[in-house]
Amino acid sequence: MSITKYRTLKDVPREEFLAPGTSLCAGCGALLVMRLFHKALGGDVVWVNAAGCITLMATFPYTPLKSSWFYTAMASAPAGAQGIRDALDILIRKGKLDPSENLKVAVVTGDGAASDIGLQSTSGAIHRGLDFFYLCVDNEAYGNTGFQASSLSPMGSETATTKPTHLFPAGNPLPKKDLFEIWRSHRPPYVATISPSHAVDLLRKVEKALTLKGPRLFLALCPCPTGWGIEPSESVKLARLAVETGIWPLKEAIYGEVSHTHVPSKRKPVEEYLKAQRRFAHLFRPVKNEEVIAEIQKQVDDYWSKVER
Amino acid sequence: MSKEGDKRREGGSMVLKMLTGSQAVAWAARLARVDYVPAYPITPQTEIIEILSDWIRKGEMDARFVQMESEHSLLTAAGTAAATGARVFTATSSQGLLYGFEMLYCIAGWRAPLVLVNVARALAAPITLEPDHNDVLAARDSGFLQFHAENAQEALDFVLLAYRVAEDHRVLLPAIVNIDGFHLSFTRERVELPEQSAVDEFLPEYVPVHPIKASEPVAKGIPVLIPPLYSFFKYQMHMASRNALGVFREAARAFERMFSRAYGPVEEYMLDDADTVIVMSNSFASIGKQAVKALRDEGNKVGLLKIRLFRPFPTDEIVRALRGKRCVVVIDQNISVGRGGIICPEVAEALYHLEDRPKVILPVIAGLGGKAISLEEFRHSVRVAERLASLRAGPDRPLLLFREDEEMLVESLLKTASGG
Repeated sequence: MSITKYRTLKDVPREEFLAPGTSLCAGCGALLVMRLFHKALGGDVVWVNAAGCITLMATFPYTPLKSSWFYTAMASAPAGAQGIRDALDILIRKGKLDPSENLKVAVVTGDGAASDIGLQSTSGAIHRGLDFFYLCVDNEAYGNTGFQASSLSPMGSETATTKPTHLFPAGNPLPKKDLFEIWRSHRPPYVATISPSHAVDLLRKVEKALTLKGPRLFLALCPCPTGWGIEPSESVKLARLAVETGIWPLKEAIYGEVSHTHVPSKRKPVEEYLKAQRRFAHLFRPVKNEEVIAEIQKQVDDYWSKVER
Repeated sequence: MSKEGDKRREGGSMVLKMLTGSQAVAWAARLARVDYVPAYPITPQTEIIEILSDWIRKGEMDARFVQMESEHSLLTAAGTAAATGARVFTATSSQGLLYGFEMLYCIAGWRAPLVLVNVARALAAPITLEPDHNDVLAARDSGFLQFHAENAQEALDFVLLAYRVAEDHRVLLPAIVNIDGFHLSFTRERVELPEQSAVDEFLPEYVPVHPIKASEPVAKGIPVLIPPLYSFFKYQMHMASRNALGVFREAARAFERMFSRAYGPVEEYMLDDADTVIVMSNSFASIGKQAVKALRDEGNKVGLLKIRLFRPFPTDEIVRALRGKRCVVVIDQNISVGRGGIICPEVAEALYHLEDRPKVILPVIAGLGGKAISLEEFRHSVRVAERLASLRAGPDRPLLLFREDEEMLVESLLKTASGG
């Protein structure tokens, strides 16, 4: 896309759709992403949610949203989106609902719902070409239940169910599932990774997705102060470090064609990102686990060697 | 059939057709002008969704059909679509109902008044295709209204009645219409198919409360973290379901005026002078009625009470039908393992405080996994109840019906299975 409304941070729309004062944690990366995402998406939205931290955004009798909200169940937010989209379409077509009442349908879930229990319903919705947005706010664990491992938890991280012990010194032994590629393999119109540290990139991607129809899917790395063991004030810094170390590539795929929207000119060592978080502290103390750190670095280098080739 | 009904027939305001139970409920969905049919196949429900899919694809029915990837997803989509303001129909069965079970409670809590046909099929394991009612009765406490149909005509009529009751603003709860797999779903019977114009009059457009639309943002399904709020909303659902009793009676009166078929929440069959009453539901009640006739020919004063509306539970009608009777035989086509039948304790509780309660309420388990119930077994059950009554004793356990010839068959199959 050659023309964009968003060139610098000054172009971030002023209009707020998400009011302050939710019950989410201070420094929640997901909340920041939601806020930015909604600004780009505009009004007339119904959010469809699966169980996760974000579910606590609206608790009776309050909602911080100017838009509509529908909490469904942990496994089936995309199916909930299907029902709403289909109902709006048919009611408008039958003349039972005025076209001015139409809404954009957007799913928002955490990484557990997206990559584990809700993967089946996501696959179904993408396969059917459902006209919807999917925003996965990925804090790399089941944050709302106390930070247990999900299949998007990175290798080497500590979670409540992958504590480092003398038997399992690396913490989580499993690799992070590649949800971007799982989604992309369905060949939807649009898939993108985003980060709260790169607001302009985020806004442009939503802007581009708005010109397309069908499933438009976003995977946002969302620093989690309580789960990652960082200060609330460090969320954006950590998100930026993830991009600058190359751990979190910013990219998009239009009908399956991948392009990177930000290629770090010189990637920082992953150690800088890992060291800043309590969930990786066992890789540094009491003795440095060179092997695991080197493996994480190697995975990042391998990824980028294919991109830069 | 009343004279008025005959006239209607002469006037051509309905058509007689030979329909299976599945075809009958598909016709009901079509006549109800449903907007949306999310579906997922499972035996023995498939005929219903195949017919609806065909009609919609040919443009004979103005609705959207979408095949989902599971019953959990189909129920989610059905619920959110109904909450958005569409009239929604779907059908499932057995394992499918249980796979989507979580969503039954959600849909009821969202107060989304869709209609779900359950084609009853016994639950695995062991896996089978034949019916009993453990599937539909598992949904007993979910908040869904439950209509249990004996034949294809009831199946069709109950879907129409279910929409009218469910969508009433005094109710706003979803409904299950149960039809037994094979015995009803695949059996062809004579059905009076109502005229579209008459159905339109009986069942006006669904007027949703707080639908999802741009001009009035809503927050639905959100957590209540304060315990009294949870209790409040559950009590609201309970009272709405109790309201459905009165709304059903109103709807049934309107239905009778229009279609000349009268439906109470229960059906009384040869009850007037009966000493012993057999309580049943669904398609096997037809076998029960035949048994009642045969037992009467043998000189027994026996009748049958069929439960049509299981949720809300029609306590008043059940009390009226059973008070003063000597014996009640409740035939449960389900089993709560370690307890007995599911319906019997509900009937017993309804009668407990009456001075003139029956002397014996005999719990009987029969027809599990589609096992036939023979005349002998009805006769035996009635005799057991009457003997207990004359001994002034109560049953100490449910009667588990199993015939000698069945036992021999099973023994020979067990021998085969063990290679002997």
